[in-house]
Amino acid sequence: MTAPFVEVVDLTMGWGDTVLQENASFQVERGDIFVILGGSGSGKSTMLRYLIGLETPLSGIVRVDGSVPEPSEVGRPAFGVMFQSGALLGSMTVGENIALPLATWTDLPEEAVLAIVEAKLRMVGLQGTEDKMPSELSGGMKKRAAIARAMALEPELVFLDEPSAGLDPVTAFELDELIVTLNEKLGMTIVIVTHDLESIFRVAKHCILLDKKSKSIIARGDPRELRAGSDDPRVKAFFNRTSEART
Amino acid sequence: MSLGRSIVTSSLSEADSYTHRYVLEHVQTEAGATLHIRGRLELGEAGPLWAGLDQYALSADRGTTLNFDMAGVERIDGSAMALLAHLRARLQQRGVSAEFVGASPVVQEIIHLYRGDVRVGRKKKRRAPGTLDQIGQATLATVAEMRFGLAFLGYLVVEWLGVLRAPKTGNWRDLFPTMERTGPDALPIVLLINFLVGMVVAFQSSPQLEQYGANIFLADLIGISMTRELGPLLTAVVVCGRSGAAFAAELGSMQVNEEIDALRTMGFGPMRYLVLPRVLALMLVMPILTLLADIVGTLGGLAVGIYTLELTPISYFTELQKAVSLSDFLSGITKSVVFGLTIGLIACQQGLATSGGAEGVGRRTTSAVVTTLFTLVVIDAIFTIFFQAARL
Repeated sequence: MTAPFVEVVDLTMGWGDTVLQENASFQVERGDIFVILGGSGSGKSTMLRYLIGLETPLSGIVRVDGSVPEPSEVGRPAFGVMFQSGALLGSMTVGENIALPLATWTDLPEEAVLAIVEAKLRMVGLQGTEDKMPSELSGGMKKRAAIARAMALEPELVFLDEPSAGLDPVTAFELDELIVTLNEKLGMTIVIVTHDLESIFRVAKHCILLDKKSKSIIARGDPRELRAGSDDPRVKAFFNRTSEART
Repeated sequence: MSLGRSIVTSSLSEADSYTHRYVLEHVQTEAGATLHIRGRLELGEAGPLWAGLDQYALSADRGTTLNFDMAGVERIDGSAMALLAHLRARLQQRGVSAEFVGASPVVQEIIHLYRGDVRVGRKKKRRAPGTLDQIGQATLATVAEMRFGLAFLGYLVVEWLGVLRAPKTGNWRDLFPTMERTGPDALPIVLLINFLVGMVVAFQSSPQLEQYGANIFLADLIGISMTRELGPLLTAVVVCGRSGAAFAAELGSMQVNEEIDALRTMGFGPMRYLVLPRVLALMLVMPILTLLADIVGTLGGLAVGIYTLELTPISYFTELQKAVSLSDFLSGITKSVVFGLTIGLIACQQGLATSGGAEGVGRRTTSAVVTTLFTLVVIDAIFTIFFQAARL
């Protein structure tokens, strides 16, 4: 049996006296589309920051591909990350944003780098935007460009923070299609943080549901099965978009 | 290329467990050339892979065929596929027939994903703008910027009149904190710089004065140059670097974060709410800063006078009183008010004109400081000519 790609053991996260989640444990297998769910303030975006090594756990262990993730100051990154706002570097064009990791961490000549940049942008539906500045792109375009940048170095693992938040339904659907394509055709393992239910049912193979009040994971598994079979009123409320009291 | 067969393999060391992860085999027959690709093609080895592929692609002549046989490909990642698809497109644009053949269904899907199976059209060449184009565009941009600056000044005057008519609509709450930020907080650096400049001017001139026995005229020199020229200008330069840059960056960040739009939707015009308190604060603190700058500047001159020209404080101040007239002093103070207006106006205008994220904020902040410094010197020159003509 192969080791899990992402392994979280008894993770407690928070700062100062504030604890967001206590003793959270879960695993992401290779080839999975794994979704971290939760209401606002449950700590799902913060959880992502722990997974990519931007935060140090109060206690517990996070391992990505067998080692503790650390934001590498110098060196080829082990995975790709798309931040919620896209976080494209504003002083560079879209093309330069995607070319940056390729030009830095591969020995490809300029023509080859540009060819990869063009292909990545085409894949996310942004062909011809190489010379645009990030500020000239809409919110959805920025996110797609950020996904292209996250994929630039062909990582086996990609983390996506709220990929469909703030997008129109058509763009959100196209993005979901892209996520499934990346997973199925290129074998990428994808970890997504979201609370977009439609997107979850379209793409997720496995999920965990974080709860703010109990500071714990209250459900795990296939989201379709959780919607159909969970007895927990909090889980039912989340998957059926109702308040807890009415379930 | 002559008929035959050549082979390129990935050059990994013997110690590596997966030596020769991929093999490129070029077979030339009379029907055309085929590049048989076998193994695993991944971004980690894309450098040598590209070099190998490029070598064969360059050797294909117009009107010939170079197909990529993908039957032996075990795995290919997106970047390697992007390179192959790019090479195929380049070959087709050069008139070489090139297709991917023999791919397994999985590899075929990746070929499709990276558009390795679509017809390649001619690439439009982008025309670089000519020198005249660029000069024209830069001129139009400068004219537009000047018009925008003038419109901004007009708008500010209208808003000012509006606030005078209805004082309650002004943002008075921000005025005093802004005055504190731009005035007392800037005092140490303003005083230090003016004191040092007063000393430097005195040091530079004292040998000449001493030569003619005109030691006491140091007071005239320092007094008039500090009050009329150096005091107001140096203070304005410091305030421009401190507060002007801060205003431009602050308003620029608010602009790119849509905070200005939010204020507008809540009924706060940015001119009345943000610009007026800032400009007014600078117009009020600049004369005070300049007055103090004049004083420490002349004290700097006195320090050097005592040290090098053996002047006494009493003789220095007596001469100062005779030399510096009220009009000298007031001309400097008047200038300082106009400098304050200029700094505030340009900084706020540049800040509100910001677009394009973090880089835009940086560009506008730089532009605010540079434009203000240039304008300050121009205004100073105009004032000097005016005062000369008016014999003030």
